[in-house]
Amino acid sequence: MTKQIDFLGKRRFAAIFSGLLLIASIASLATQGLKLGIDFTGGTLVEIGYKHSVDLKVMRAALEKASFDDATVQHFGSTQEMLIRLKPREGLSSAQLSTEVAAAANAAMAESGDLRRVEFVGPQVGEELTEDGGLALLYSMFGILIYVAWRFEYKFALGSVAALIHDVVITLGFFSIIQLEFDLTVLAAVLAVIGYSLNDTIVVYDRIRENFILLRTGSAEEIMNASLNQTLSRTIMTSLTTLLVLIALALLGGEIIHNFAIALTVGVVIGTYSSIFVASPLVLALGVSKEDLMEPEIEGSDIDAMP
Amino acid sequence: MQNHFPLWKNLLILAVLVLGIVYSLPNLYGDDPSVQISVSDATDITEIQLTQIEGTLIDASITAKAIELQGSKLLARFNNTDDQMRAADLWRNSLSNRYIVALNLAPATPEWLRSLGAKPMYLGLDLRGGVHFLLEVDMGAALKQAEERYNSDVRLALRTAKIRYKSVAFENGAIKVVLRDEQDKLLAIAMVDDEFRKLDMKVDETQPVIYLSISEQEINEIKKFALAQNITTLRNRVNELGVSEPVIQQQGDNRIVVQLPGVQDTAQAKEILGTTATLEYRKVDTEHDVQRAVRGHVPAGSSLYYERDTKVPVLLKRRVIITGDQIVDASSGLDQNGSASVNITLNGIGAKKMGKFTKDNIGQPMAVVFIEQKSTTTMVNGKKVRRKEKIEEVISIATVRDAFSKRFQTTGLDSPQEARKLSLLLRAGALAAPVDIVEERTVGPSLGQDNINKGMLSVLVGFVLVLVFMAVYYKIFGLIANLALTFNLVVIVAVLSMLQATLTLPGIAGIVLTVGMAVDANVLIFERIKEELRNGNSPQTSIYLGYEKAFATIFDANITTLLVALVLFGFGTGSIKGFAITLAIGILTSMFTAILGSRMMINWIYGSRQRIDKLSI
Repeated sequence: MTKQIDFLGKRRFAAIFSGLLLIASIASLATQGLKLGIDFTGGTLVEIGYKHSVDLKVMRAALEKASFDDATVQHFGSTQEMLIRLKPREGLSSAQLSTEVAAAANAAMAESGDLRRVEFVGPQVGEELTEDGGLALLYSMFGILIYVAWRFEYKFALGSVAALIHDVVITLGFFSIIQLEFDLTVLAAVLAVIGYSLNDTIVVYDRIRENFILLRTGSAEEIMNASLNQTLSRTIMTSLTTLLVLIALALLGGEIIHNFAIALTVGVVIGTYSSIFVASPLVLALGVSKEDLMEPEIEGSDIDAMP
Repeated sequence: MQNHFPLWKNLLILAVLVLGIVYSLPNLYGDDPSVQISVSDATDITEIQLTQIEGTLIDASITAKAIELQGSKLLARFNNTDDQMRAADLWRNSLSNRYIVALNLAPATPEWLRSLGAKPMYLGLDLRGGVHFLLEVDMGAALKQAEERYNSDVRLALRTAKIRYKSVAFENGAIKVVLRDEQDKLLAIAMVDDEFRKLDMKVDETQPVIYLSISEQEINEIKKFALAQNITTLRNRVNELGVSEPVIQQQGDNRIVVQLPGVQDTAQAKEILGTTATLEYRKVDTEHDVQRAVRGHVPAGSSLYYERDTKVPVLLKRRVIITGDQIVDASSGLDQNGSASVNITLNGIGAKKMGKFTKDNIGQPMAVVFIEQKSTTTMVNGKKVRRKEKIEEVISIATVRDAFSKRFQTTGLDSPQEARKLSLLLRAGALAAPVDIVEERTVGPSLGQDNINKGMLSVLVGFVLVLVFMAVYYKIFGLIANLALTFNLVVIVAVLSMLQATLTLPGIAGIVLTVGMAVDANVLIFERIKEELRNGNSPQTSIYLGYEKAFATIFDANITTLLVALVLFGFGTGSIKGFAITLAIGILTSMFTAILGSRMMINWIYGSRQRIDKLSI
């Protein structure tokens, strides 16, 4: 190694930085919450494409006249395409509702648009999806806790799960602050962030364990610093290749996948940061020692016993 | 020889590569616009029918690319969608309604690949366009129907057995039968024991009263039956629509998923599937005064209904003669007098019931009741409250002219349109219990194609970016990693094609993500090799140690991601499952290609060299 960066020496700054991000995220989540998509709130969404560009003011007025006062209208992808969102309604089935909305919109445009997408989620299904989503987050955290505790040690398990919670909260916070729409695909992205961030953390932990067993000299802090430096170029390389494809996805993948790619991009950046500045300092703070890693490693004690 | 694979390992890797290429090939050939014709009763299409079908095409001078016969199904491929549409219209008009004509996109996989069982990937609705419905069966209504049926069956049985009763009424979740005396009670108990084994009986010790309730087992049976019956009915309705590969599946205890890929006219699909109606034939009550009933004096054993269009009140007997699920076929036509009519065919049970009824009721009017369940959600004190509204309308009243059973004709309809609509509703079958649409996702065909194009473009661009990056940073080793990555992409596509797992837009995103993450294994290995070189090891030893030491790390890191993919698969719906599948497959294949595939190539290049001064890494 040519240059050693004292990552752990900067852990106070990192703690302050993470703390600020977490406070901002939680504050935003608590006050304005997430802009939940119809997957979770229930409601109807209609996407229509026209040959001419859509004047949103005219369209809003037309929909209001057709007594869809609760409709929100926005351009989607281009000015020729628009997205209409409606809250759950009484007395109308989804089939009727989307047909009527499309008819009202077509009347305003004086052309018959291409009904590109209709999504209707009943309030009950929305509640179930929310519940399932929350459970999925919980179960994956729990599964990881057990796996890491089994493969490493409970301090590492706590450190990795704390880093994951950190990543998830900040990614959610980002969606809350920017008020980007949070739908099912974004939830999938958040879960993928867990997978990615953990991947990063495990690689670092793996090296820490290896060095704890191999190196005889040096404090825990020195050993961990060395490990972080040894894995640094890998951490950066992998994050860069992943970010490259995510940027391609965000720019070219189309509107539907856009927020998914944004969530992953934010998550990968935060996840890379947290594997260095959150996961490892936490293990150190929990007081990890050589002995913690010796016992389960039979090979390790063999090496120790050798002259 | 540290860096040498035994022959079997090389052969294994090459075999996987060849299989990967072969099974991913079908995806390159695209689709033929085609029309699928099948016979509704699933009998085989004969040579004569085939010539007739081909003949109509030749008469209209439309050329088909190929016509293939597969048992009860016929697939005609066309050169363009214009020909496809024209042919489909032609056949819909010229063939009888025994045939189901459906538009289809048939994969243009060459014969030799098809003979190997190679198929292109199965595209999800968000990519090929189509409709997804989640329907919830109203089990409460199914049970209520069963209770009413038992209620009238018990009365009938008591009457038939000549046991005199004071009253039979529904009370607190059970049928309360009040009899005249203890002796009748004993007779009734014996009768119930004999004829109604599915009912639980409770006997009042002090009074001549027995309580009958539906047993737990029977409740489960009713629910299971309602679900199965509804699935059958929905299948019939979908067949009416002419969809080539519909999916109609049970989900959970009380829900049904209906997926109609490639449906062009989504509005029509919604209209026909969305009709959550049931039908009942009932006798018109001619003994009592309708006007008195309108004023609130509805006689026992009858109910007040209104005609759909005229809103004229009608008094009908409570007892149902047959329900719509006993109708096998219905078609519209003209009767002897030239007015619109509907010809109806019943199944065995329906025929028996109808025969018994008409024999005793010649000259009496009979009504068809159309029952629709609508559910509305309202906000009460800030809480969502779901309320159900039952709409029951009389859609036709006809006089029984003759005793009939299996086949009969309903005449006196207003117009041929009216007759057609009634026959469609009768034919498509009634649902055993009403259903609510609780989720709908419709993707138009143009958006589907858009999604495919955008998804593929982002995979391609992301892929090329990673290739360039790796080649610049790791030189020769980077090129090897790139070959391994290409290999990985081929194997992912091959595995998805072989499993026929559904590829969705998030699924494509999963592939993109895998491309980014798959190089991770190679990065880990290469960084390790670099480290070993810096530690002063020889190039050969460094390669060996790099692969050895990185393995455990790669394994641990990938297992945890796999864990997350599994959780996603378990909890996700539809498109999310697609993401989980590609992510999981991508992780597994990348371990194979990045560890074994790249090692094989490195062994070939460096493994046999005696002296290496420098590694191009």
